[in-house]
Amino acid sequence: MQLQLDSLPAAIAEVQPGLVAVAMSGGVDSSTVAAVLLQQGRPIVGLTMQLWNQRRLSELPGEGPAQHRCCSLDDVHDAKRVAQRLNFPHYVVNFEDQFEQRVVRPFVEQYLAGRTPIACTNCNTDVKFEPLLLRARQIGAERLATGHYARIRRNEQTGRYELLRARDDSKDQSYFLWGLTQEQLSRSEFPLGELTKDEVRALAREVNLPVAEKPESMELCFVPNGNYVQFINAYSREVGKPISHAQGDIVAEDGTVLGHHTGVHNYTIGQRKGLGFATGKPVYVLAIDPEKNRIIVGQDDSLRTTSFEIENVNWISIAEPAVPMRAEVKIRHKHDPAPATVEALPVNCARITFDSPQRAITPGQAAAIYSGAVVLAGGWIK
Amino acid sequence: MNRIYLDYNATTPVDPAVLDAMLPFFSADFGNASSIHTFGQRARSAVETAREQVAALLNARPQEIIFSSGGTESDNHAIFGVANAATASTKHVITSSIEHEAVLNTCQALEKQCIAVTYLPVNRDGLVELDDLRNALRPDTVLITVMHANNELGTIQPLSEIGRIAADADIYFHTDAVQSVGKIPVDVKSLQLDLLSLSGHKLYAPKGIGAIFIKGGARVRQFLYGGHHQRGFRPGTENVAGIVGLGKAAELARISLDSDARRISILRDKLERGLLSSIPDSRANAAGASRTPNTSNIIFPGIEGEALIIALDLKGLACSTGAACSSGAVEPSHVLIAIGLTASEARASIRFSLGRHTTAADIDAALEIIPAAVAQLRQLSPSYKKEAAARS
Repeated sequence: MQLQLDSLPAAIAEVQPGLVAVAMSGGVDSSTVAAVLLQQGRPIVGLTMQLWNQRRLSELPGEGPAQHRCCSLDDVHDAKRVAQRLNFPHYVVNFEDQFEQRVVRPFVEQYLAGRTPIACTNCNTDVKFEPLLLRARQIGAERLATGHYARIRRNEQTGRYELLRARDDSKDQSYFLWGLTQEQLSRSEFPLGELTKDEVRALAREVNLPVAEKPESMELCFVPNGNYVQFINAYSREVGKPISHAQGDIVAEDGTVLGHHTGVHNYTIGQRKGLGFATGKPVYVLAIDPEKNRIIVGQDDSLRTTSFEIENVNWISIAEPAVPMRAEVKIRHKHDPAPATVEALPVNCARITFDSPQRAITPGQAAAIYSGAVVLAGGWIK
Repeated sequence: MNRIYLDYNATTPVDPAVLDAMLPFFSADFGNASSIHTFGQRARSAVETAREQVAALLNARPQEIIFSSGGTESDNHAIFGVANAATASTKHVITSSIEHEAVLNTCQALEKQCIAVTYLPVNRDGLVELDDLRNALRPDTVLITVMHANNELGTIQPLSEIGRIAADADIYFHTDAVQSVGKIPVDVKSLQLDLLSLSGHKLYAPKGIGAIFIKGGARVRQFLYGGHHQRGFRPGTENVAGIVGLGKAAELARISLDSDARRISILRDKLERGLLSSIPDSRANAAGASRTPNTSNIIFPGIEGEALIIALDLKGLACSTGAACSSGAVEPSHVLIAIGLTASEARASIRFSLGRHTTAADIDAALEIIPAAVAQLRQLSPSYKKEAAARS
């Protein structure tokens, strides 16, 4: 039957050159990406990832505001409404398996191993720019556009794709994107990289996007109410490895027992509040020792270190340097990049030595190496 | 722009003649079929005509037809109705492992009421083995419910044999005939059925209307409680326009079933042969069984069904990975797993279902579009390239 339906988005009869897949979360940023590309006259298809089954871990709170839960039907619905409003094809693609294997499980395991992981970086590297990009290409798209605030440019001299900070420094997300390969960068677009958040909202309002006023989600998408400890406990129970005998000692640097902790995954380095005992001076978590099941605490001075190593290093905008080089290094999302010397080490490791000590260098977090606006490399803090 | 629709098992468009028959009942003839006045009488008359039309399609009596909101309600009504009307202290129900969720989940709900349920396995072709059925019978078995045609594979179960076994054992026999009514002949007498569910939108009537056949004298507890409509057995003001549409669709099906089936099966066979011969390593699921004339389910090893569906839709061809409800689901189809496919084979399987408006030109276009899309996907499938390399 030849259905004559004017309201349907046009089918892309031949493999359309330049078809761009837009990764749509249902939020204002990725929805605006779709609007921007359409304004440029480019053919697009929207893809929304189904990453987590909301029926799991039902004991967790937070059924409340849907924008704080990933993959809620509301978010999928919002993405679909945007696609209908702007009249382009949109599909939901299911990556629940990949998300659990590559993001959620490692997140839980890292916390239980006394580290402080960044799930968003894994999600970018191992879900968005891997299976999602592949799925985009399988359905006939050449490239993938996302709502990340960052920029990509090709350096004609070196032939490399370079990753740059967003023009809006306050929204910059380049710190989460250091894991992208040259192949991934060559097929990716960040149309918001040149815009400020205010400009994005203004654009969204201008084209009457139904999500223009949607509040921003700041939390980990799969953890309701930001309560990751509750999530780790519930997930561990669900997969049949409930956390037991989690309690242990909180000790001073000299080994003196100062108090007791409720499980190493409840603590992060640099934490001051919630240690459960009082001393004269403020004390902070200095280190987490899962083997001895201990939390080591001490003064603020002891938190400051100068030198550390990173692993699984990905050199993006330059090839791995043969000699130590000067750069600025950012060690967590809210850290201002600080001057340092970076020395590449075998295999895919590097030693970073700050000019002045930095507070709370935390294993499991990432270090991104910048030269001005350019992301040179990144790696996981050992 | 032109789109090709090969997903008639998910739903069908309302036939223009059905729409014409329905339209007066939204406006001029809007009466409540229960009202005494002339408005009501006109609606009542239309409802009873529709009942006769549906009964005629099934070789049933009009008073054995109850209108419902669709296949799901009919299945729930039949299964709960029989199980809850039975008075024995222990009860047992037999069904198959490839039923639609409307039956499977209803049976699971029975289990929560401490009613035992046997889920019969099926063979590679998706057919229930009669010996398995005989072996499953128990003294407290109150109901056998086995679907007529499977929605994903099109396989047609041996209902007359099952009906004979049920009659010999004096057990109620229900079939979910949502996927067979209108596609193949359905005769409740020759199949010895006590209950049958059907759905309007699978046979060119609108969504939201269905019917249940309950053989005269069968002990079935009512499912909804309310007013006196449909003899109080299925209360709720009749959906007159929907009922009229279902009646008209049943009449059209009765007239054109044979010619439709012949024409559609030729197109289906052409599509299936064409795909199997032009796409390496592809194979048809349940091809050894007797199938509805419109359905073909094919494995394309090395592809993800989800990706192929989207790629094809972008090229203007609509088909499906199986039950419409399982799109977006991670779990591979329970039907394909039940016929012995691996999870990756199940995820690589696509269902094409043709219908009254499918043309030869549609099939020619599909035979151009699908092989190209599969080839493109395989290019980007790391696992398929590896397997292909290992074979050569």
